[in-house]
Amino acid sequence: MVIKEKMNSKTKLSSILFFLSPALTVIVIFFFLPVIVAFIMSFTDFDIYALGNFSYLRFIGLKNYSTILRDELFWTALRNTFYFVIVGGPLSVAASLAAAVLLNSKFIKFKGIFRLIYFLPVVTTHVAVSIVWRYIYHPRFGLMNYILGFVGIGPIDWLGDPNWSMPAIILLVVWKNFGYNMVIFIAGLQNIPEELYEAASIEGASAWQQFKHITIPQLAPTTLFISLITMIGYFQLFAEPYVMTQGGPLNSTLSIVLYMYQEGFRWWNIGYSTALAFMLFLIILIGTTIQFKLQKEKNV
Amino acid sequence: MYKIKKIIIITIALVVAVLTFLPFLWMISASFMATGEANKFPPSLFPNKIDFSHYQILFSRLNLTRYLINSIIISLGATFFSLSLNSMGGYAFAKFRFQNKNKLFKFLLSSMIIPGQVTMLPVFLLLKNLGLINTYWAIIVPGMASIFGIFLIRQYALSIPDSLIEAAKMDGATEFQIYYKIILPLCKPILVTLGLFTFMGTWNDFLWPLIVMTDANMYTLPVALANLSSEHVQDTELLMAGSLITILPVLIVFLALQKYYIKGIMLGSVKE
Repeated sequence: MVIKEKMNSKTKLSSILFFLSPALTVIVIFFFLPVIVAFIMSFTDFDIYALGNFSYLRFIGLKNYSTILRDELFWTALRNTFYFVIVGGPLSVAASLAAAVLLNSKFIKFKGIFRLIYFLPVVTTHVAVSIVWRYIYHPRFGLMNYILGFVGIGPIDWLGDPNWSMPAIILLVVWKNFGYNMVIFIAGLQNIPEELYEAASIEGASAWQQFKHITIPQLAPTTLFISLITMIGYFQLFAEPYVMTQGGPLNSTLSIVLYMYQEGFRWWNIGYSTALAFMLFLIILIGTTIQFKLQKEKNV
Repeated sequence: MYKIKKIIIITIALVVAVLTFLPFLWMISASFMATGEANKFPPSLFPNKIDFSHYQILFSRLNLTRYLINSIIISLGATFFSLSLNSMGGYAFAKFRFQNKNKLFKFLLSSMIIPGQVTMLPVFLLLKNLGLINTYWAIIVPGMASIFGIFLIRQYALSIPDSLIEAAKMDGATEFQIYYKIILPLCKPILVTLGLFTFMGTWNDFLWPLIVMTDANMYTLPVALANLSSEHVQDTELLMAGSLITILPVLIVFLALQKYYIKGIMLGSVKE
């Protein structure tokens, strides 16, 4: 009786404060307040002069946002980022799924070793692998063109040709990331009841039919989750273009975050840069909503 | 038919493994090549003669020891604080009873959709006013607690039976004793996971250190490496050596604790 009473009782306020306030204080000061402050700053002309003397700071309403909509570089960055997300995202998810199905095969022994090798790129430093790949993409001495030469594909100026620079970054990122989602997919695959496949085999379904009618639908929740985190992460592309191309050639790899970084921390157009950040937020929000909607329609 | 299928699948798995590992192999081997050897056609996969000179240059003339120490201090510091603060918060969200707890937690979770880049300029200005730019704190302090960290600990702590906590209370244990003597030991696996995530995340991070470390003495390894790569574009072998040194510590930590890392991914992927 006493125990039960105690179980239902509320925790003392002093304990709650003691345990929660350190973490929540940090999160409020370094996350929630900055979000609000950034939102306010996006309606000001905060720039390098205001940085020296706050009295130069003026509210300019929606001017930053209207400037963004007329800013050609923003549209370029937006186009590039969408290219990266729309091509690179599904490619990443498909590669992860393929790798998971492959490693889930009963023919493969030493699964742990394969999984480890496939996973290695995930834990490595963006900057380091971007530098390594910059040399792999070297038009004359690079490993990539050398290997492609065997299948008769002529030398490509991967990072120098505006048509190839984004595919080059996508390829690098798919290589770097596929292991992460592969691990989640493998767990998802192992949760699919074996009987489903057995029943399908008895009815004479081919491996492809089984994949299409059992694996894909059974993995749908996992796929939604993976697509979401991949998309949100890919919208924030930064280190790869920064290190490999500085956004070039001809701005073909300028991403929104890279543009935001340049405006904010190179030119100190702080008001404008925060407005760009909120455009990014808005886009991610829209993207997430669309993904949820698509998924719901599929399930109906 | 069965046998052919088996051979095909194993071959594919092996080819993918080789292709995945190839960039690392090339990085390692180029880092031991003599200057200029990596810029040849056809590219060679192994050095003619092992050459350590790039590593020597990195650690002597190019001050890499300093960046290595910076990275180690910052990553360990961030890990320590993140473990302390998030474990307390996560435990409270799992086991404490107070009004609107779940509402507050849901609110925190849903705010994770806001990209961190939004906060960069205000946080930079705040740290600047506090005089923390170009100090280790500039990276450690904003990462001392995170919603993801609280989430991870909470998910794990939920499985700890209430009876254990109640029994300790009956014995007169204070809340802090319960947390320190019962919860923390039980949460060890998830603490290792969160520590690993924080350490590796901090080590590999680039954008934030690039912003708050403007003094060359305070660079972390990735920032120093990016800087080096624009100054020494032609020095392929030198940059490969630098890349290897940057990657190696996280790789070792990961190899030692990979089980915990994979578990963390799984826990993070089952929201709610």
